[in-house]
Amino acid sequence: MKKIQILGTGCPKCKKLAAAADAAAKALGIEYKLEKVTDINEIINFGVMMTPALVVDGTVKVVGRVPSVDEIKKMLA
Amino acid sequence: MADKKPNCGCNAAPRLIFPCSGAADVGAIADQAARTLTKDGVGKMYCLAGIGGRVSGIMESTKAASAILVIDGCPQDCAKNTLLQAGFSKFKHLRLSDIGMEKGKSPADAERISKAAGKGAELLGPGCCA
Repeated sequence: MKKIQILGTGCPKCKKLAAAADAAAKALGIEYKLEKVTDINEIINFGVMMTPALVVDGTVKVVGRVPSVDEIKKMLA
Repeated sequence: MADKKPNCGCNAAPRLIFPCSGAADVGAIADQAARTLTKDGVGKMYCLAGIGGRVSGIMESTKAASAILVIDGCPQDCAKNTLLQAGFSKFKHLRLSDIGMEKGKSPADAERISKAAGKGAELLGPGCCA
């Protein structure tokens, strides 16, 4: 099962990224678990300097922007 | 990294600073200059080791930076080469030997640190944001 984590404290971009990641995973038809990480100390532990950030199976894929659904599909593949 | 709280992407992307932090006196000056620039809000010191180790969070955050300053103590250019080998080429580079600081002959005193930080700030230029 793919583990998808959205790092961010809940700003509009964080919500957009979560929605886009959800849409991408659904479009691919994969089994996944989407988790929102909002605790700042947990976010820091990923080594990121900006939010939102997308993490797939423990690897940070993008930081500071909301990629398109098509871009995210490639990150999930 | 406890003091490096991430910015929300709704604001400007950070300006990141990578000092070589090498073993010699000029490495210490590079390190302290980066910390001075961070304290002064000019940019944010970030982890060169994470670039070398291709740590995903550090790599992706660096891709998102609005500007990058690399500070090397000497002509070995370890920090510059680390960034280049990781695929980053758009950065400003400060080599302390170019501003009169010779390895082994430049104790990391307040004057040298301030001079290095000043030159670093000049290279990064005005503007937002740390």
